Amino acid sequence: MNDLLAGVIAAVNLVITLDNDLVEISLRSLQVSVVAVLIAAVIGLPFGAFLAVARFRYRRIAIAILNALMGLPPVVVGLVVYILLSRSGPFGVLDLLFTPTAMILAQVIIVTPIIASLSHQALRDLWYLYHDLLISIHTTKSQRIWVLLRDGRRALLTATLTGFGRAIGEVGAIMIVGGNIDHLTRVLTTAIALEVGKGDFALALGLGIVLITIAIVINLAVHSLSKTERGGVW
Amino acid sequence: MVVSILPLNLANVAVEKSGKVILGPASWTLSSSGCTIVMGPNGAGKTTLLRLMHGLQKPTVGTVTWQTSFKTASDKQSFIFQTPVVMRRSVLENLIFPLRVRGIPKSAAIEEASIWLKAVGLESFEHKPASVLSGGEKQKLAVARALIIKPDVLFLDEPTTNLDGASTQAIENLIQTAISGGTRIVMATHDMGQARRLASEVVFLLRGEIHEFTDGELFFIEPKTPEAKSFLQGDILL
Repeated sequence: MNDLLAGVIAAVNLVITLDNDLVEISLRSLQVSVVAVLIAAVIGLPFGAFLAVARFRYRRIAIAILNALMGLPPVVVGLVVYILLSRSGPFGVLDLLFTPTAMILAQVIIVTPIIASLSHQALRDLWYLYHDLLISIHTTKSQRIWVLLRDGRRALLTATLTGFGRAIGEVGAIMIVGGNIDHLTRVLTTAIALEVGKGDFALALGLGIVLITIAIVINLAVHSLSKTERGGVW
Repeated sequence: MVVSILPLNLANVAVEKSGKVILGPASWTLSSSGCTIVMGPNGAGKTTLLRLMHGLQKPTVGTVTWQTSFKTASDKQSFIFQTPVVMRRSVLENLIFPLRVRGIPKSAAIEEASIWLKAVGLESFEHKPASVLSGGEKQKLAVARALIIKPDVLFLDEPTTNLDGASTQAIENLIQTAISGGTRIVMATHDMGQARRLASEVVFLLRGEIHEFTDGELFFIEPKTPEAKSFLQGDILL
């Protein structure tokens, strides 16, 4: 109980004093995860819609693989990205290891299947509803994908926010490819892991509370901006 | 000179689903103008016939050919479903959708849509989400959305089955206007009164086959086949 209380006090202290380090690593957390989720959404949402609309030979297998990739272990993703970006790896010349860019890359790999799979599930139901109409009106495949993305936008927002939740709380991959370097690649989750290792539970807990608060605030902000859960049924 | 997409020719078409024959073999040519009513008991293949003609259903055997290419023909047809499919958009956006798909600029589409909103009496719902409409209003919206492209051929699959008298009449009026405007109508219905009011010819389907094909006025007075006769008398056909 004492640890929890101390954690809350530490969190309040950090926020009230606007601790420089806290602001820096919070902003970096946001920067890495927001950019990663935006990239993942640009890839994942149209791909999800494509899987809902298109009928091709290996579609079932593609969907099964995509669903399996939702549970991709971040540590393994981190390891693979590490190997690819390391000096001796194929992309070593880019000198990206231990940079925020590497962290974004790893998170894109983790989040894209989540966004694609969740959007596919939501848009599949919408496609079932629209199928006859869109075929009757003789839409092209890209028009169908666009219609689903537009009319299913609220479900897609939820899929994207789920991806964001996964990214902002992820530690395994960014720890490996980022290295938790102070003032360079340290983010909230890796800082928590570090403080726990050092035995400073109060500070770790304080950071944790800040992390959760950021996630909640982002979700609320996005929902209120897009006017979901109000009025209409979709 | 705009070439009509008709006649539509069905040559020995049949539709099978998991080994069971749903429709056919049937041959039929749809031409000229007027209103063809497709009648028959449940499961006779009315919906399948309409979907086949419209291109929503591929024939297992046989061919469906329009006067023009499939693409040109598709652009000049509309289909109205028994349960109206409304998109998760405003009423106006639902209405302009077929025009937008055909690449018509938004301002021109909205101008055209305002005429149709008035015609179906949905002006006050213009910017409301289509999901708030009642069943009858949704079907009126679907009819307006079907007619806004000025189709050569309009297919209707039991469009008024779930509607009350007033909505049915409103929709029949829209269909009548379309007929006099030269749109070819093919409509499936269970409503005898409606069939009598609209039919210029009747296709009577039984067990997937075109059992009888008669002029509209004659069909209700003296049908050619005993099955059609008992169907008209309200007997249950098996």
